[in-house]
Amino acid sequence: MQTFNFLKPNRDNIKNYSIIGSFLVLVSLIDVISNAFLKINLTSFLPGSLTTLFPLIIGLIGLNMMRIDYSGNKTLDLLNKNINTNNFNALLTLLILFSIIKALPQSLSWMIFDATISGESKDACTGTGACWTYIKVWFRRFMYGMYPNEFHWRINTAFILVIALGFVGYFMKENLKKYLALYYVIIYPVIAYLVIYYLISGGSFGLQWVETGAWGGLSLTFIVSFFCLIFCFPLGMIFALGRRSNLPIIKYISICYIEFWRGVPLITVLFMSSVMFPMFLPEDFFMDKLVRVIIAITLFEAAYCAEVIRGGLQSLPRGQYDAAKSLGMGYWKMHIFVILPQALKLVIPGIANTFLALVKDTPLIFVVGLAELAGMLALAKTNPKWLGFAMEGYIFASIVFWIICYAMSKYSYNLEAKYKTER
Amino acid sequence: MNNIIKRFIPQILAILFVVLIFGFLTLNAQTNMDNRGIDFGFDFLSQESSFDVQFSLIEYSGSDSYARAFLVGLLNTLLVSFISIIICTILGVIIGVARLSSNYLIKNSAAWYVEFFRNIPLLLQIFFWYYAALRALPMPEKANAWFGVTYMTVKGYYIPAMVWENLNVFLYCGLAAIISIIVMRNYASRLRDTQGKQIPVLLYSVALLIVLPLLSFIFGGVSLEFEIPELKKLSKISYIYEGGISLPPELIALVLALSLYTSTFVAECVRAGIEGVSKGQKEAAASVGLTPNQVLKLVIMPQALRIIIPPTTNQYLNLTKNSSLAAAIAYPDLVLVFAGTALMQTGKAIEIVSITMLTYLTISLTIAAIMNWYNKKIEIKEK
Repeated sequence: MQTFNFLKPNRDNIKNYSIIGSFLVLVSLIDVISNAFLKINLTSFLPGSLTTLFPLIIGLIGLNMMRIDYSGNKTLDLLNKNINTNNFNALLTLLILFSIIKALPQSLSWMIFDATISGESKDACTGTGACWTYIKVWFRRFMYGMYPNEFHWRINTAFILVIALGFVGYFMKENLKKYLALYYVIIYPVIAYLVIYYLISGGSFGLQWVETGAWGGLSLTFIVSFFCLIFCFPLGMIFALGRRSNLPIIKYISICYIEFWRGVPLITVLFMSSVMFPMFLPEDFFMDKLVRVIIAITLFEAAYCAEVIRGGLQSLPRGQYDAAKSLGMGYWKMHIFVILPQALKLVIPGIANTFLALVKDTPLIFVVGLAELAGMLALAKTNPKWLGFAMEGYIFASIVFWIICYAMSKYSYNLEAKYKTER
Repeated sequence: MNNIIKRFIPQILAILFVVLIFGFLTLNAQTNMDNRGIDFGFDFLSQESSFDVQFSLIEYSGSDSYARAFLVGLLNTLLVSFISIIICTILGVIIGVARLSSNYLIKNSAAWYVEFFRNIPLLLQIFFWYYAALRALPMPEKANAWFGVTYMTVKGYYIPAMVWENLNVFLYCGLAAIISIIVMRNYASRLRDTQGKQIPVLLYSVALLIVLPLLSFIFGGVSLEFEIPELKKLSKISYIYEGGISLPPELIALVLALSLYTSTFVAECVRAGIEGVSKGQKEAAASVGLTPNQVLKLVIMPQALRIIIPPTTNQYLNLTKNSSLAAAIAYPDLVLVFAGTALMQTGKAIEIVSITMLTYLTISLTIAAIMNWYNKKIEIKEK
């Protein structure tokens, strides 16, 4: 077999092999790129199916020739180690590269080069690409729903106020820090509720009343997830403690509550809130649909929150409980000052995941007739003046939600890293 | 004495609280229903439903009862969950393994796949597939055949139907094959424990699974024909495929969205499971002389599965619950058929919503109970 040695790369012929190999890979890439971007088929002289397979075969041979262990060339070693460890890997590498190259020109021209963004009506969209004019014209509707245009500043102001109030904790004086939990659990929700009620709903201070039916778009998503978020956390904490309690009745009530909500889909809960819940209220008592939905989602998510917090409580070593008890602390003192601060720190990623799920679940309120972003899209899609732009709408909404959710998940990683303490 | 008070007062208060809430709600419901002239009861289940369902696995028409409509919805829910679970498992395992690949491109593509599909709300994904992507498919008359006999059109996916003769004989043969495989496996493991002999169980199992059903074709009088969908002209411009099975676009959109979305979570479970098996295990197994296949089968997989299976089952459960989003694109699942149409017609809000919730609850709790039993079984028994 000595004679076939020249087929295998070794130390003596590294240079030749790497040059020939990279040339072949380059040829295959050029072939695919010219095919995809310039629509020129360089290999049209080859018979039928071989034309499509040509870059793959050439690329594979090239990568195979380049595969030299410890060649001494840093770039080559890096390439081999990362994308070219064996033939199978090389094949996958080429397939991924080719499919990206093939998909790029189409999607780029649809999304950017052939797309329209100018104009104010459907007539502006004559190109073959996406019609971003649609998004531009409907942007305010997608963000604020049917809320009157001239009052949009009220929603913005309310959001800015609520966010600013949320950051108060960072700037609080040292001697007030002990009231922080009290502030976030009780005072903050109340203030936020008042701000949103008086600013967005209006009806007093000379602001015109806007009924909740007109709320919508992304701002409604924020309002619903915000309230569910701040209410479901304390509720979840109560049920988590309840489930860990050694009083049997409280324990079983908590278990029933948690398992019930975790066992049913959110959509049925929303159906319940919209068709069944009014039957259970006193006759002359009217509760707004939005409030009912917020209550339903809060009860639902609280169960998930409770399970996450229970996980944190369970993972604390017994010694913490014993130590707290031996200092003469009672149940509440022990939990508030020793157990919960440690347990909550442990469950931050889990809680963040629950909140992420909550945000992703809010579009569901569409099924009970509240038009947040997904609902507004469904509405815009059926508008006779703007038929046929479902794709643009859903891509826009997906991007918006993706950015929100991705930012949240990255933030939760950061929090996790920040609060990680050696135990 | 002090202790007894401490123990009992909170519990009594809790009971009182729950009883008061339930009492208050029931009282209100009673008065409300009296005022509106609605009576409470489940008699309506046997009444004629008089509405039609587009897609159903069992025979169903408007003259059937509400109970049967419930069954139709439940079966549709289970169907879409079942298909999606299979697809999301396959995808999830591939992506999860790909995330651990040494290839930079594969690793990162898989990671971006997960980040991409996980962070878009499921409802939007369903809408995207149903209203945007599947609407771009060709009309029936312009559709190209996939694999020669299936047609993907804007009206649904048409696939050949199987027409069986003596299906029961075939099924018995399949059952016999499965039973004999189980018996053989037990025998093989006993043989290994007592005499240290190994027999190629997998090879024999595959052979049994192929040979026994084949025998049924030759001797059992079983025959199988395919009914291939054919294009038929309804009117001047309207065409449709006849024969075969038609999968409605709602089902396809739902399966696509559910399986792509859930596969990201399954992939994370698989990744965590494989990462959770320490490297030392692999090295130790190799050093006692096991072949790479045996290492994977006897050492890595049993330990990885112990980590993978519980969270994955949880994801399957989530998928089943999420399949209720079908109602948003009018796929006739349990929620749409029963909590939608049937509720609208009968107005029995309390009964219907409770039945729907109880059904989902039963599915969840059953799977959870099986999971707990399984977890107990595979738990590492420490001395």
